[in-house]
Amino acid sequence: MSIIETIQQGNEPEQGLKPRSELTARELMREIGSVLRMSEAEVAKLGELPADPADDQTMIINMGPQHPSTHGVLRLMLELQGETVLRCKPVIGYLHTGMEKTGETLSYLQGPTNVTRMDYLSPFSNELVFSLAVEKLLGIEDEIPERATWIRMLLAELNRVSSHLLFMATNGMDLGAVSMMIYGWREREEVLRFFQTLTGLRMNHNFIRPGGVAADLHAGWYDEVMRLFDVIEPRLDEYDTLMTGQPIWRERLQGVGVITAQEAIALSATGPILRSTGVPWDLRRDAPYLRYAELDFDIIVGSYGDAFDRYAIRLAEIRESLKIVRQILDRMPGGDYRIQDKKVTPPPRARIDESMEALIHHFKIFTEGFKVPEGEVYVAVESARGEIGCYIASDGSSKPYRMHVRGPSFVNIQCLPHMMRGGLIADAVAVISSVDPVLGEVDR
Amino acid sequence: MADTADQEHESAPEPVTLHGCPLTVAFGQRVLHVPRDQYIKVVKALLGDGFEMCTDVTAVDYLQSPQRSLPEGIAPERFEVVIVLRSLLDRAIIRIRVQVPEADPSIATLFDMYPGSEAMEREVYDMFGITFTDHPDLTRILMPEDWEGHPLRKDYEVGRIPVQFKGAPN
Repeated sequence: MSIIETIQQGNEPEQGLKPRSELTARELMREIGSVLRMSEAEVAKLGELPADPADDQTMIINMGPQHPSTHGVLRLMLELQGETVLRCKPVIGYLHTGMEKTGETLSYLQGPTNVTRMDYLSPFSNELVFSLAVEKLLGIEDEIPERATWIRMLLAELNRVSSHLLFMATNGMDLGAVSMMIYGWREREEVLRFFQTLTGLRMNHNFIRPGGVAADLHAGWYDEVMRLFDVIEPRLDEYDTLMTGQPIWRERLQGVGVITAQEAIALSATGPILRSTGVPWDLRRDAPYLRYAELDFDIIVGSYGDAFDRYAIRLAEIRESLKIVRQILDRMPGGDYRIQDKKVTPPPRARIDESMEALIHHFKIFTEGFKVPEGEVYVAVESARGEIGCYIASDGSSKPYRMHVRGPSFVNIQCLPHMMRGGLIADAVAVISSVDPVLGEVDR
Repeated sequence: MADTADQEHESAPEPVTLHGCPLTVAFGQRVLHVPRDQYIKVVKALLGDGFEMCTDVTAVDYLQSPQRSLPEGIAPERFEVVIVLRSLLDRAIIRIRVQVPEADPSIATLFDMYPGSEAMEREVYDMFGITFTDHPDLTRILMPEDWEGHPLRKDYEVGRIPVQFKGAPN
């Protein structure tokens, strides 16, 4: 019976990895891990493997959802033959809280509060992509003040730094380099401290909003960012000494979880995974948003598509992001930090005391929100993990009719079955870590 | 604020088509409106044009808002499947909107052309109940497998459904 017939009869098919005995060769062929790499003959051979069911050649085990190195609640069902992974299937949804449904009940002003919690390691990218989509629908994307745009870039890049530093920490922890874990967290904390001073929160900032940013940069921000350079840059060299050249580290990562450019594109992978295969694809350069076209930075690519390349790319991207931050510091313009459109921006607190109109605007914006013209729009930016996109369909009211976020982690974990096929189970940890999924964004 | 109606009018006098389907421009983004029966054919042609990456698959349930601006010849239906394709070489992006009727909520899968659409199509199935013909593993992806209903449908109430997990006390 086909899957669709099963559904029509009101039965939901099971999500897990099915034993080999219940699958035909054709179904095996279409499994996501095998679809790109296997010939029909190979599949037929694989399908024949458990000819004698009493002779247990393979077994299916669960890795997660509570495994410490699955970065949250990712559950992998693995079919093993000895120590070799034959098949793998990620089972997700343990963190699903219906954020897209929630997004339909929140006004456009409340929206960033919701989306910022998706990819909790780079919240500014989420807020940014949502705000850019709303601004496009409003038709005000050209009227956003320069200072707001540059503040957004500053935050997005520092967020990339903090996110990649966390990757350094967790990647080290997963592979047994525990001191690296402490170092990564330590440096990330320095960046988060700057975020906290500026936005009031370490994560989930709700700072980038439709129309601009929530507040101007505080006094002394320049020196604080300069201090970040002093702290982080020399320590990146320490990471190089500690990890990059270290034989154990290289042995553990090189040649593990290999994916080719063709496969990465077919699986819709973006971000460091795609770049590790040698494809120089970065939305900051290839579909420029904000003012990235005016900045000088390099796209880091790898050549082997393995876990080591993905590690090296992220380490180099921290340096590139710091390079961008330096340019932003030099060029940070003055002016307003949010658009002065009374319908979108709440009036300043002082105006409320003296102007009845300001009071009404303030009241209307916070009770009803602002109306957004009918239409639908898809906007994408480069987050630390790849392309994060926001699709908003508006029906002309003050709440999105449909708000969808294309999470890079959600799409990237499709590469896991493919990268793990034929590898060792001990390498599975390295592969998961190198994909760097954030389960909050996978499940939303 | 830009007047969206004006933009629609500008493209109205001269209907632009791509692979026989009406092409509109919304907020500077190219949108291709494809009839469901030509869906696979058109996507194949776009793949031939160099759109080698399927970036996003999602859907919208237009139950409460049936009126929307669509080009001539495209009748609005309850569901709309939205696909975003990217061409890395040309740095181009195109969005495809396919109308899917409520009576028969199904559409062909893109898995054979874009294996990366697998999880995204499962999400659309899970959230909207739109089935993808020939999809290799059409199961719920975010909700538990014994969940009833499809949460992102507009007639699915928020917050009134008792917990449905296996073995949970009522």
